[in-house]
Amino acid sequence: MSKLQLFTKGILKENPTFVLLLGMCPTLATTTSAVNGLSMGLATLFVLVLSNMAISAIAPYVPDKVHIPVYIVVIATFVTVLQFVMQAYVPGIYATLGLFIPLIVVNCIVLGRAEAFANKNGILDSALDGLGIGVGFTLSLTVLGIVREILGGGSVFGWKFISGDGMLAFVMAPGAFLCLGYLMVLFNKIAKK
Amino acid sequence: MAVQSNLKNMALVLFTVCFVCSALLAGVYAVTAEPIANTNAAILAASINQVLPEGGELSEAQSAEVEGNTYEYYVSTKDGKPFAYAVKSTTVGFGGPLVLMVGITSDGIIYGTSVLSHAETPGLGAKCTTDEAFIGQWMNFNPIEKKLAVKKDGGDVDAITASTITSRAYTLAVENAVKVYKSIKAEEE
Repeated sequence: MSKLQLFTKGILKENPTFVLLLGMCPTLATTTSAVNGLSMGLATLFVLVLSNMAISAIAPYVPDKVHIPVYIVVIATFVTVLQFVMQAYVPGIYATLGLFIPLIVVNCIVLGRAEAFANKNGILDSALDGLGIGVGFTLSLTVLGIVREILGGGSVFGWKFISGDGMLAFVMAPGAFLCLGYLMVLFNKIAKK
Repeated sequence: MAVQSNLKNMALVLFTVCFVCSALLAGVYAVTAEPIANTNAAILAASINQVLPEGGELSEAQSAEVEGNTYEYYVSTKDGKPFAYAVKSTTVGFGGPLVLMVGITSDGIIYGTSVLSHAETPGLGAKCTTDEAFIGQWMNFNPIEKKLAVKKDGGDVDAITASTITSRAYTLAVENAVKVYKSIKAEEE
């Protein structure tokens, strides 16, 4: 697989949200607006790239029986670092995403990539894989956020173009499932061609 | 896997990984502790300034106990006399804790309110931070003449459309702040 394919497979063929259906909890909960979706995607991207690189570097030295606890400690460390940094420099976004930042630790995408890819491949390849999956996740969350923000609030990235309330259901959980379902159909129809 | 899973290896690897990770976290914490404290202090100061009239000198945080709950409050003094109070009041909203800063002048009238943190539904309850009509009604709200309850419950507070629970929690937080103000007043006299 070429380096470019390593990167692009995460966006299309193995898109974590629309194809692998991983990380549904943050996907549904944080995409109430385009900005929130984008921020959550970028936060996950950051953790994914660093943890993939670190795990690919230490994997040969980790005994098989303790590999899961070791990976979790590594991932949790990067998530906590991210939490400190966000709290210090982007308190607004941190306040919105709040609970979901620590939950990146148990996001199955991150541990999934560590198990399925990073522990068998080199550091550069793992970084590219993490970057690809992370960008794929970010794009999916942003698109979902944009759709829900337009339907639910009549605005995009906070820029309001329809006055009034919009269809509030789309901002809440049921709307998240509906939007996700239709986007998934659309994505798979286009991607199969 | 190249490394054997015997007790010595496992203990060694786990110890090393945990040690390195803790060291890294301690380092990052040391670097970010100050900016985090500054950011939080700035948010608090901004919210206090927003709910108090200008011109006073602000005290350090003080605490008062009312009905078994402890509240944090700040006194603003002018010409040696207290002339306004900012009370931090927490209630439970629709999605979790709703923390308000309520400014009350020394004659018992609410000067303004602001939300410190909330976990309300975006697009519904979260409007308590943006809905101008809802926020505006708290300016110069007189809790002696008007009843602190949403209209649905027979009071004088206009609730946010489709967010009665949030509006109730918000109103209750203001009501508690007024109680704190009364107990502070009672102590002063």
